[in-house]
Amino acid sequence: MSDVRVVLLHPDDNVLVCCGAGRPGDRVACDGESIGLRESVELGHKIARRDLGAGEDVIKYGVCIGVMTTPAAAGGHVHVDNMTSKYIRSHSRRRETREGTRS
Amino acid sequence: MKGYLRSDGRKGIRNVVLVAYLVECAHHVARKIVQTADDRAVQLIGFPGCFPNEYAFSMMRSVCTHPNVGGVVLLSLGCEGFDRESLAAAIAATGRPVETLVIQENGGTARTAEAGAAAVARIRAAIDRQPDVDMALDELVVGTVCGGSDGTSGISANPAVGRCFDRLVEAGATCIFEETGELIGCEEIMADRAATPELAAEIRAAVNKAARYYETLGYGSFAPGNAEGGLTTQEEKSMGAYAKSGASPISGLIKPGDVPPTGGLYLLDVVPDGEVRFGFPNISDNAEIVELIACGCHLILFTTGRGSVVGSAVSPVIKICANPDTYRKLAGDMDIDAGRIIEGRGSADDVGLEIFERVQRVADGAQSVSEALGHQEFILTYKQFEPIGPSCLPV
Repeated sequence: MSDVRVVLLHPDDNVLVCCGAGRPGDRVACDGESIGLRESVELGHKIARRDLGAGEDVIKYGVCIGVMTTPAAAGGHVHVDNMTSKYIRSHSRRRETREGTRS
Repeated sequence: MKGYLRSDGRKGIRNVVLVAYLVECAHHVARKIVQTADDRAVQLIGFPGCFPNEYAFSMMRSVCTHPNVGGVVLLSLGCEGFDRESLAAAIAATGRPVETLVIQENGGTARTAEAGAAAVARIRAAIDRQPDVDMALDELVVGTVCGGSDGTSGISANPAVGRCFDRLVEAGATCIFEETGELIGCEEIMADRAATPELAAEIRAAVNKAARYYETLGYGSFAPGNAEGGLTTQEEKSMGAYAKSGASPISGLIKPGDVPPTGGLYLLDVVPDGEVRFGFPNISDNAEIVELIACGCHLILFTTGRGSVVGSAVSPVIKICANPDTYRKLAGDMDIDAGRIIEGRGSADDVGLEIFERVQRVADGAQSVSEALGHQEFILTYKQFEPIGPSCLPV
């Protein structure tokens, strides 16, 4: 077990961004508490700052970047399997089937 | 800084000779001419299509009369739709030396390549006599683009470029950020920064246009690599990309080929107008870079997380690597290590200052990494645009 550095980009955010790769059980310091990672996450990926419910907005940079489709517990990976875009939905679905365009 | 004074009053930071093919059928001969010259300042650009297109013509005119360009050799097959006479006349009207070679009238590949090499040498000799002049920071136009974004882009390289943009705007320079399709979700925040309420309405309309356009295509500007890098949605990627714009007020909204009339921060709308006609707005990062150059950008700040290696013809590209792991893998392709922000070895302000200083050195003649490696990518495809609205520019 080790510590994974994360950044909180805005005080209103409900997700944290990992500054390095983490494994299950690794600890993340947040809001004076220590959260345990629930699964492996890579650099640049997001984890839940607190328990997030289905239908809840995901806040990063202090703004909504999408909505949860299934719940995630604090320390859980927040990504394509449990959240989706509020804008280009058809594209998001396609992307999840590994189609997409350029960056 | 030293620059090259052009007849329209703008100054260039490079003195490039362009060899421009006007249809794919003339590409090989143009490339042979550039290879024969074997000179970093002799560069290849072109438009591959045989059918005429107003946008492609105006982009070629803007690039061929860009302040970094000293002279041009045009390569035509002879039967293509491109209006070579008008392009040559537009270049000549700026006082730049220009020669047109038509392959069908010059005896084919070998003879035209030979004639082209001689034309390049003549133009080189003519523009090498041009004296350089002093150039100030407020005469500089800098564009920014991101490519191969991941979850680190929006927290390291992009905010650092934003800090650099703030410094440049404060010094009176012109800064351009772009890709309205990659700013979907940021329209209200951007509108709040617009210099006037009318401009705010134009910005909202431009992003809505982009959202509609991408919806019709069925894809956003989102690649599989973005998701592997931790980005989940278009609006998340947008917020990261948006950080490149810094915190200055937005002075105007321009379209490809529009040169900002004053210093300040401008948003470039790259999504075509009208019905979806020619496919994806920009098929790759270099298509965006070419549009920034057409708006007068002397150099480009390119942020990357996954790791892009591209440069560009005409204007130097400075690459800012967002991801520390990528930097370790591709250090030889990167100008700036912004991943150190992620690893706690510096702040966005520190890296922003480093970029600001690098911009001035590269503007003063130092080579960027992609320039030194010989990167001179260029791509131009079909598009269509309406002119910008009356509220888009500062009065």
